[in-house]
Amino acid sequence: MARLNSPEDLEKLRQEVLSRNDPKRPCISICAGTGCIACGAAGVVSAFEEDLRRQGLGDKADVKRTGCHGFCEQGPAVVVHPDGVFYARVKPEDVPEIVSRTIKEKKVVERLLYVDPATGQRVVHESEIQFFEKQKRLVLGSNSRIDPGSIEDYLAVGGYSALVKVLRTMSPEKVISDIKESGLRGRSGSGFPAGRKWEACRNAEGETKYVICNCHEGDPGAFVDRMMMEANPHLVLEGMIIGAYSMAAHDGYIFVGGEFPLTVENVGIAIRQAEEHGLLGQNILGSGFDFTVRLSIDGGSYVCGESTALMASMDGRVGEPIRKYDHATERGLRARPTVLNNLQTWANVPLIINQGVERYRSIGTSGSKGTKVFSLTGAVVNTGMVEVPMGATLKEIVFDIGGGVRGGGKFKALQVGGPLGGFVPENQLNLKVDFDELGKAGLSMGPSLVVMDENACIVDTVKYFVTFLSDESCGKCTPCREVFRQILKVLNRISGGRGREGDIELLKELSDVQRDATLCALGQGAPSPIDSALAHFRDEFEAHIGEKRCPAGVCRGLSAAGPR
Amino acid sequence: MGIVTLTIDNREVKAEEGMTVLEAARGAGIEIPTLCWHEKLKPYTVCRICVVDVDARGWTSLDTACSRPVKEGLVVRTRSAKIDRIRKTILELLLAHAPDSPKLREYASEYGADRDRFEKDPSFCIDCGLCVRYCAEVKKKNAVGFVDRGIRREICFVPEVALRECNGCKECFPLCPTSYLQAAFVLVQALTAPAQPEKP
Ligand SMILES: Cc1cc2nc3c(=O)[nH]c(=O)nc-3n(C[C@H](O)[C@H](O)[C@H](O)COP(=O)(O)O)c2cc1C
Ligand code: SF4
Repeated sequence: MARLNSPEDLEKLRQEVLSRNDPKRPCISICAGTGCIACGAAGVVSAFEEDLRRQGLGDKADVKRTGCHGFCEQGPAVVVHPDGVFYARVKPEDVPEIVSRTIKEKKVVERLLYVDPATGQRVVHESEIQFFEKQKRLVLGSNSRIDPGSIEDYLAVGGYSALVKVLRTMSPEKVISDIKESGLRGRSGSGFPAGRKWEACRNAEGETKYVICNCHEGDPGAFVDRMMMEANPHLVLEGMIIGAYSMAAHDGYIFVGGEFPLTVENVGIAIRQAEEHGLLGQNILGSGFDFTVRLSIDGGSYVCGESTALMASMDGRVGEPIRKYDHATERGLRARPTVLNNLQTWANVPLIINQGVERYRSIGTSGSKGTKVFSLTGAVVNTGMVEVPMGATLKEIVFDIGGGVRGGGKFKALQVGGPLGGFVPENQLNLKVDFDELGKAGLSMGPSLVVMDENACIVDTVKYFVTFLSDESCGKCTPCREVFRQILKVLNRISGGRGREGDIELLKELSDVQRDATLCALGQGAPSPIDSALAHFRDEFEAHIGEKRCPAGVCRGLSAAGPR
Repeated sequence: MGIVTLTIDNREVKAEEGMTVLEAARGAGIEIPTLCWHEKLKPYTVCRICVVDVDARGWTSLDTACSRPVKEGLVVRTRSAKIDRIRKTILELLLAHAPDSPKLREYASEYGADRDRFEKDPSFCIDCGLCVRYCAEVKKKNAVGFVDRGIRREICFVPEVALRECNGCKECFPLCPTSYLQAAFVLVQALTAPAQPEKP
């Protein structure tokens, strides 16, 4: 591929790609995200390729292997464009029928359609499925049209047009003021205004500056960042290039967990393609701006996602937090000005530039703008990756998009924000997806939402989180390490039927010390699940301790009815 | 270096720029307890027993005195109900590991910490890291390091290095607030350099 030497070159290539793409030509898009691969998507892809060839349709339709569409519950998912016919849970045996009926005869294979569990009706189009209909998919919307290994697919959906706009018409200062005005806040859950960080880094002294994309995502059960990166890596790269341009940074890193091989592979391919096209490297699109992106693969623990630990680890030191008195925007990676943003934060940047600040700001609440992507799992009908506008209620996510509790069970709690977050009981599901509102409720906007029904035990879940953190923290500071050790003993005692009077008070006392006296935000946030469990489900702790009973029947050694 | 004036426990204290609150306080005869601090080593901020209340132009927070740089106008309180409660709990948590440590017992009586509050733990190590950091920063040998993380974090000698370096040095031994270090060293010696068995 020839290097693109100007924004005009890029637009020319885009036109070429679009003119090659006949909008009427059938395209079979198969979700081959990590989730669907686990359900056999690879076999479905090759079945389509083979069958098209066998039926002599090899040049009449395209087969596209895409990243995660989001509806993991129904995987492997197949969408036949241009009509957008959606087939759920497709197996290789189903493929010949889809090819003969849908590709050849333009008819629908009824039996493979998704059945709306609420109405019992079969639904033909992806857009009519309630799971998708109730979302606002600004960031995820293109996933089903993009083969993550193809930069041309990204160009076909308008990719890199924000970069073109920036290089053609915007000064670095203008980019920063737009990002500030857009109200974009840190999607890791930090909620920190992105534009403020960028501005501080731009104003910091020094020639060498770094931008980093945090794609560590160590939260148990969360898969949003890695799926987004896996599905649409160029979107993140484009955001990073624009950010780097605004701060005059020339080196970028993507910090990603080595335990996500497909993510690492896809982003590696995307970087190489962007380099070959002159979108990364020296003199990007002839602008005179240089920027390279490298992968930094960590095998580290949960705490490595924390800013100071992450930078230490990238620098070849032990991935442990340290007490610093300078902001990373002044002295970050290798003591140079550095901006660290979450992957979703970067992915929002091209959107803001393309849509313009006004339109972006029109979505969301007064303090939180745009959309937020969560992984939705647990005892819910529709599991998957969901994107909602800020201001959507948790209830809408669980019941409208998620379809409610699986198996008709009774809702107990929504776990929000992972091991540093908390539990939301039914009467608080009107809480909005909003940094400030959730923050005030002691929750965080982390990547995962887990629905718990009556079969889940709160004590057991808290114990799970504490166990996780006690393994995945660094153990450096006393109040974090030793409080975990003691709290685990107390929780084990309670769930084992040996709880004592005073244990709840002891949990609270120890948590207080941990929150107040630890070194990093892991220890400071670790008491959150305990706090919210005790605030909303104290009776469950009391049942375990006083009546030796686990109401959900989960804790081994305790029965749901109590001791015989 | 300039001189700054700060307030510690209602006393005006002068300190050189670049000093920490701990150094300034000790210079003025105000005692703040420490476990992981050592004058030859960089602040490590992990035992957390030196936490103090810091008010920087209305911004109050708890911070470790061993790391916090002095600043003009800083207002520091080294004791409060909250600080004492934190220190007491930290001591009780560590006494579960090293109930006979003289240093811990001395502080325990100051802060009313109950030596037997928590069930005793088999490991004496309190993870202060004095040995690890002394060996790395002062001796530059790295004969002892941390292994594992989270609640399983502990110090461990690197046998090949320790056999070569430690017998002639042992400078870290007196730094250990518990007697864990010697025990760990003897263990490593026993495991890696067993007395030559006599040939039958
Ligand atoms: C224990 C711990 C783990 C974290 N893990 C992550 C992570 O996996 N991904 C992430 O983006 N941020 C993580 N963070 C937050 C980062 O430190 C940092 O604030 C964030 O990447 C900044 O991005 P944002 O401002 O765009 O949200 C973690 C923080 C803590 C304290
Ligand atoms: S709070 Fe926990 S994770 Fe953070 S530095 Fe201390 S021991 Fe490590």
